[in-house]
Amino acid sequence: MYQIVAKKSLNPTVTQMEILAPFVAKKAKAGQFVILRVDEDGERIPLTVAGYDREKGTVTIIFQIVGGTTKRLNEKNAGEYIPDFVGPLGKPTHLEGLKKVCVVGGGVGCAIALPVAKALCEQGAEVTSIVGFRSKDLVILEEEFKNCSSRFCMMTDDGSYGRAGNVCVPLKEMLENGERFDEVITIGPLIMMKFVCLTTKEYGVKTIASMNPIMIDGTGMCGGCRLTVGGKMKFACVDGPEFDGHEIDFDEAMSRSRTYADFETRERETACNLFKKEVE
Amino acid sequence: MAKFNMSPLKNPMPTQDPAVRNGNFNEVALGYSAETAIEEAKRCIACKNRPCVSACPVNIQIPEFIAKVAEGDFEGAYQIIAQDSSLPAVCGRVCPQETQCEGKCTRGIKAGCEAVGIGRLERFVADWHNENNPVQPIPAPSNGHKVAVVGSGPAGLTCAGDLAKMGYEVTVFEALHVAGGVLVYGIPEFRLPKAIVQKEVENLKALGVKIETNMVIGRVLTIEELKEEYGFDAVFIGSGAGLPKFMNIPGESLKGVYSANEFLTRSNLMKAYRVDSRTPIQRGKCVAVVGGGNVAMDAARTAKRLGAEVHIVYRRGEEELPARKEEIEHAKEEGIIFDLLTNPTRILATEVTDPRDPRYGWVAGIECIRMQLGEADESGRRSPVAVAGSEFVLPVDCVIMSLGTSPNPLLKDTTPALETLRRGEIAVDEVGKTSIEGVYCGGDAATGAATVIKAMGAGKVAAKAIDEYIRGKEE
Repeated sequence: MYQIVAKKSLNPTVTQMEILAPFVAKKAKAGQFVILRVDEDGERIPLTVAGYDREKGTVTIIFQIVGGTTKRLNEKNAGEYIPDFVGPLGKPTHLEGLKKVCVVGGGVGCAIALPVAKALCEQGAEVTSIVGFRSKDLVILEEEFKNCSSRFCMMTDDGSYGRAGNVCVPLKEMLENGERFDEVITIGPLIMMKFVCLTTKEYGVKTIASMNPIMIDGTGMCGGCRLTVGGKMKFACVDGPEFDGHEIDFDEAMSRSRTYADFETRERETACNLFKKEVE
Repeated sequence: MAKFNMSPLKNPMPTQDPAVRNGNFNEVALGYSAETAIEEAKRCIACKNRPCVSACPVNIQIPEFIAKVAEGDFEGAYQIIAQDSSLPAVCGRVCPQETQCEGKCTRGIKAGCEAVGIGRLERFVADWHNENNPVQPIPAPSNGHKVAVVGSGPAGLTCAGDLAKMGYEVTVFEALHVAGGVLVYGIPEFRLPKAIVQKEVENLKALGVKIETNMVIGRVLTIEELKEEYGFDAVFIGSGAGLPKFMNIPGESLKGVYSANEFLTRSNLMKAYRVDSRTPIQRGKCVAVVGGGNVAMDAARTAKRLGAEVHIVYRRGEEELPARKEEIEHAKEEGIIFDLLTNPTRILATEVTDPRDPRYGWVAGIECIRMQLGEADESGRRSPVAVAGSEFVLPVDCVIMSLGTSPNPLLKDTTPALETLRRGEIAVDEVGKTSIEGVYCGGDAATGAATVIKAMGAGKVAAKAIDEYIRGKEE
């Protein structure tokens, strides 16, 4: 059993938890992920590591309440336990030698982009952070990003905070103005990463995208997380989760991510109906 | 009363009616009654040369345990089996006895005669013990040495059990959330009920074996750390062959295409076959399972139970099907359609072009080509050759690729000193010694995908070698 030692709501749909998992905390690195189960008959869901404290033995996860499992996880409070928490899985982000990097995060993906930005900052790299959200009330981790970025750019789709527009707007401006990054690292919704990669491809800037496909075991066994990268089949869990964004078949990844859309809708509705009953 | 029962045929195994069982996940074979077991045991003539024992990968003292069954001393029979096998209830169910013990049985040599039902008797004895004699085994006194076992499948559990009986403090590290490896994620409930695996694991725990789940060795701890930091005198790797293969034909990334591993893991490990499961699985209307091995039969029979019309698509003929005869028979009885001498060329998608349409990107069919058998290849099997122009489309909404698996590269990648062979198998000598001192390996991780009992045999051999290694170091 793994104890939830802290819980914080970052916005109405995004929650941060610190989980006591000393073995995982000892080894975790930016870019890696964990798989957890919320209850004994629960499904296994992958979540990217949002932070860790090696001394306290805790791993931070940040998740959006999107389906039945994340909803049940969000119902747990500090002091309670979850039965399974396994990791660190996947390969860590390659940060060695990077001096000037643009980190582009979208929505809850910012939670995963943050440890990357932090690690880069700690190794003395010049970090530009571009973060995007649908609207002001969904903004998370603004201060944390500012603290590790030499340049920070806040975008909202509806213009309710920062600049109006998507993350590609400032990115394109910078590249157009002759800004040269060693690398762009993007983490967020598939559709956002697809357009970030299309933007940087025009300027020939190496771009890494962090993928979070459907998977079960996270150790290479199920093949459910397969992606096409550079025309070859890759397993996100063991070959990734980060890949060269210019080589990823995003359209296929988006299609595959909706495999269980029907099931998830039903799960969510069941969970919501149960919730309704409880308040009645 | 005659001493032996000279009936030429085995007592038949009672089974669930095929038309009923293909709609449920309860066990297919129901097991012998005590009377039938005694009857069957009397068929063994206790021949002198005991070919069954040498044909058993773990050398169970078969005539001895059968003699006890014939006497009605079932617990006595169990104790004899338990000396050599840590998982009798499992082996009695999933061993390919026809190519091992029973394949060599003196009673089965003559035409028209069947071997003694050794597997059925083993199963009976193990089930009888588990039901009637819940005596906890007594842990052996510790000899002060620690051994780590990586993976809790048949190889790991056997190695752990044998070492624990010798007094070693054994910790098994399992990557998934439950112990059992392929016994829980791969083999379906209707062939091997998970309660039985659980019981065997509990027996090992009673022997003092510690089981740590959610530990992916290579990531969370390395082999080197186990030895250097955590004080394990030796490590046994039984990480299996879990990496699924695909055909590299167009359409394999469409929605509705599974590896057999994923399909079976969803159903078996995550219980997706239950309507209240929180893990989804596609319940296809028409499913093509590509491949002809035991795993393909398991996937096909699972898909059938989930309500589909199921086709086995296999590029060679009936004779060449690598699955056990019994599994093929069971599959046929349950209504699985066999499309033999047939090879997929591509998987077709629905014609929907708008990605926002929920029907976009799903499987709509599998294009196959007819095959004929040519010359025998180096494995002795006749290799199939495509018949030009014979392509046709099988309209299916789900495809399950069951083409075999290869060893997981995770340990190799994180343990540079660990030598591996061409297909990623960990290089070992005849007792399972790897290229690293004190590190042993056995089962599918060393051989590539094989059987439960071969993995158990390797675990047993390695346990002996590990004991000798540790005792040798002390001297």
